Amino acid sequence: MLLRFTRAALLTGFGAAVLLPLLLVGGASLKSAPDFYADPLGLPKQLFFGNYSALFENQPMWSYFRNSAAVTLGTVGLALLLSGMLAYGIVRSRSRWTQAVYAVFVLGLAVPSQVNMLPIYSFVRRLGLTNSHAGLILVSVSVLLPLSVFMLAGFMRSLPHEILEAGSIDGAGEWRLFATVAVPLSAPYFAATAAFLFVIVWNDLLFPMMLLNGREKLTLPLAMLQFRGEYVSNYTMLMTGVVITALPMILIYVFLQKYFITGMLAGSLKG
Amino acid sequence: MKRTRSLLPFLLPGLLLYAVLFVYPSLTGLYYSLTDWDGISPSNRFVGLEQYGKLMDHIVFRKSLGNNLKFMLAVVLLQSSVSLVLALQLWRKSRFHTALRSLYFVPTILSSVAVGFIWTFLYDPTLGLLNTSLERGGLSGWTQNWLGNPKLALYSLAFVQAWAHIGQMVILFVAGLQSIPSELLEAARMDGGSRRQVFFRITWPLLAPAATIVVAYTTIQSFKAFDLIFTMTSGGPNYSTEILSTFIYSTAFTNYSFGLASAASVLFLVLIAAITFIQFRLLRADRITY
Repeated sequence: MLLRFTRAALLTGFGAAVLLPLLLVGGASLKSAPDFYADPLGLPKQLFFGNYSALFENQPMWSYFRNSAAVTLGTVGLALLLSGMLAYGIVRSRSRWTQAVYAVFVLGLAVPSQVNMLPIYSFVRRLGLTNSHAGLILVSVSVLLPLSVFMLAGFMRSLPHEILEAGSIDGAGEWRLFATVAVPLSAPYFAATAAFLFVIVWNDLLFPMMLLNGREKLTLPLAMLQFRGEYVSNYTMLMTGVVITALPMILIYVFLQKYFITGMLAGSLKG
Repeated sequence: MKRTRSLLPFLLPGLLLYAVLFVYPSLTGLYYSLTDWDGISPSNRFVGLEQYGKLMDHIVFRKSLGNNLKFMLAVVLLQSSVSLVLALQLWRKSRFHTALRSLYFVPTILSSVAVGFIWTFLYDPTLGLLNTSLERGGLSGWTQNWLGNPKLALYSLAFVQAWAHIGQMVILFVAGLQSIPSELLEAARMDGGSRRQVFFRITWPLLAPAATIVVAYTTIQSFKAFDLIFTMTSGGPNYSTEILSTFIYSTAFTNYSFGLASAASVLFLVLIAAITFIQFRLLRADRITY
């Protein structure tokens, strides 16, 4: 009895620790500034949407949103394409050379981006690719390749080998096998990898902060940091920014949870 | 061999991008650490190991190294233990358990900037949740300037880091728990094993692989906590929350000592490699397979 009570208290306790901050943030975004400072933590007395309209009027929010979407989709798409091809090549051929290629990528897993951000930055600047989404996408893809190659190669190893062999004997070329057999069969794995990469890229601050500086190029997390300078301890506006940035991600998570979880599990097993 | 050749087009594009934008810069970073480059001017001077020598006496570097280790220990202890306790209560495939696990996971998908803003609000000394609750609970003596007190700020950040990733670790532990054959647990209970015995003799040893992953992952994650710390304190007050990554960033982009920052990056990598190696040695040693 006591045990059951402690267990319930524990589980709901942590549930509250997750939920309460999120509710407070949502509440703060729906209060006018005077209401907020009168009672920062209580329920909004009346729903006030002024912060949202003010933020959209004073900030190019749609452009930030578009930038984030473009960078995220571009990065995840290109990373999946390149690492899908790499994983296929690595799994299909067992020659020493391809295994060496795999080893080079796995080695890259051990290098956190904070370690090579400086040389990457100065190289990209020398190429003249700073303040461009294309440059940011290429850098993000190359930094994420070790992770996505590792995940997809791990997944593709579990594909039934006989199917590919049979196709190969029937005279299908590698491209055809890749496009009509390997990719369709591993579609759920691609989805899981995509979900995992999506979270990383959508939320990234480090590389956008180093590589982008024009206001018209900023991604959402970067724009949020900018808000902090403009709305110094103006919590209602800041919390509104949090809601706007987080909401798309939470909605996607609610609908595609399964892929987030499998992707996260596979991505963490790299240890 | 013929097959390898026909597979070459699959490997080349990715390999090329990776070589140009990842491998090559990483190697140049090693070279920059041996120069006095400021990151901007076209020329630089080769200075050998001088930057490494400077780092050894650099007060802020030493402080951020120490902070990084303290932060890592605090996060690893808090995050692994809480997530283990929760996972042990929450590992069934029932709808209720699955729903709670999904809720716990939500902070993990938020950006560190958003998490940083949320907790800056909750930690606010006058209107935040923490101090307000303490005051209303009659504990006004316990109120703190959570992020402004140099003795406390690093641990306040460690708490936020753990808050954001406990749900993720619960899921890793649950995957480990669900892979334990239930016949094993039933057999042990039928043989009259107490709860405690079953846990320490069966569950815990079989959970060791999952625990290894959680601890290793949390360690690396804590070293990468740049976004969160940059958002919440940017290393302050008085460098009390400066960790290696924020040190590298400000040294390169605020003080324009690119060479010095590159040397710190190299040492950062060596440290991570060493810690990972030690952990695997320690944790793999007591792995048991049935």
